[in-house]
Amino acid sequence: MKIKITTKELTSDFAKEVKERSGIDVKKCYQCGKCTAGCPVAYEMDYMPNQIIRFVQLGLRKEALTSRTIWLCASCVTCTTRCPKEVKIAELMDVLREMALEEGVANPMEKDITTFHEAFLNSVKKHGRISECGMIMEYKRKRPKAALKSALQDLSDGSHLMLKGKLSLAPHSIKGKDSIKRIFEKLG
Amino acid sequence: MSEETKKTKIGYYPGCAITKCSTSEEYGTSVLGVSRVIGPELVEIDDWNCCGASSGHATNHKLSTALSVRNISLAEKDGYDEVLAPCPMCSQRLIVSQDDVEKDEKLREEVEDAIEMPISNNVKVSNYLEIVKNYSMDEIAEKQKKKPEGLKVASYYGCLLVRPPKILKFDDPEDPKTMDEIVTAIGAEAVDWEFKTSCCGGGFTLSRTDVVVKLTNDILEGAADAGANAIAVACPMCHANLDMKQNNIEKETGRRFNIPIVYISELIGLALGLNPKDLGMDKHFIDTGSVINAFSNIEK
Repeated sequence: MKIKITTKELTSDFAKEVKERSGIDVKKCYQCGKCTAGCPVAYEMDYMPNQIIRFVQLGLRKEALTSRTIWLCASCVTCTTRCPKEVKIAELMDVLREMALEEGVANPMEKDITTFHEAFLNSVKKHGRISECGMIMEYKRKRPKAALKSALQDLSDGSHLMLKGKLSLAPHSIKGKDSIKRIFEKLG
Repeated sequence: MSEETKKTKIGYYPGCAITKCSTSEEYGTSVLGVSRVIGPELVEIDDWNCCGASSGHATNHKLSTALSVRNISLAEKDGYDEVLAPCPMCSQRLIVSQDDVEKDEKLREEVEDAIEMPISNNVKVSNYLEIVKNYSMDEIAEKQKKKPEGLKVASYYGCLLVRPPKILKFDDPEDPKTMDEIVTAIGAEAVDWEFKTSCCGGGFTLSRTDVVVKLTNDILEGAADAGANAIAVACPMCHANLDMKQNNIEKETGRRFNIPIVYISELIGLALGLNPKDLGMDKHFIDTGSVINAFSNIEK
């Protein structure tokens, strides 16, 4: 893989910004590749986890923030656990995702994943707890293509869950819904 | 309340997935059912909220921290020094968030302002395996009524019970043993296998089902190869993925594993002689009959 790097990128404050936000110092990484070796989702990623760190080291903001990799990270934390330099790679993926959303550059190829997160948090915001039915409906409504693809399986899984009383149409709401709303207003 | 009873009362944080009428309610049902027989007494934290789970920490660190810490502050207010969060997504989020506010004064102030409560951080958050190991091993031995015959269990820990190890400080992150010890204690065989802490794809169940199908297929194959006839779990996401996706795997690969996925709390419950239905064992996708039938009364 060849990527052209400009002097502007090389001298940018991207790594510093990441460190200020998260405390993670990517400069410690010597590119051994152990994170990539242990990553269960690497096979689906456009860039390997160690390459994402390299992007941050080199100031390649666009490459890091628009990658599919940051969304495909399953947060299993195997990378952080095994890193010989104690770089918190899984936590780095968190901060990169956050920055990608703030800058509106999240990769559209992984829209199913970002929409799921959105639907999940909307449910928490509304009820204080996850209302599985409502959350799934919102996700499926916003991702009709994905919904159609899994319709048959969903129907069979969903009816099993309903029959066993494990999927409730009524939301699980808490008394302190307003306090949750205020948390979202302040930090959401 | 005497000092002694106060000590054994533990704040119970079920989290969204394992409460009644939720996709993994049998985990909550069996945890509570077992605790009624062998303790410790679990009392639900009043008005707890969702910890934010993967979607929280993957998209907004401060929000996720505040959502988690609110529950710890509520537990403090209710007077608990220990909280059980049986769902490892919840326990990991709660513990990591405690650690984050401990290390970052500015974050702590912002979170306190958002949750409108002080954080004293004196509550210990425990996962279910820790609670069983620290409080209940003698009680299980004392009150065991049934023993399994020929039950070979692959203990599956998944990610969130053990990682990140520096913060969670629970067991060996590459080769944990706590669940195997419980499995052995009730008289089942704990098989040695390679996938104890492999990832099942967690929260990608809906958004990237393909990833979950691939990863669960690897785990199920690992368990089958090791000769296991059941997989024990202590996580609602691991359970949902391994249990529900066996149908998807069959459609895609033609292989039907048909391996029952049981919560460790269900196994303990069976050993204590509890009714399988009362443990929620009729609510699984893969039939649990073979596990239930492996247990028979201990002759005195």
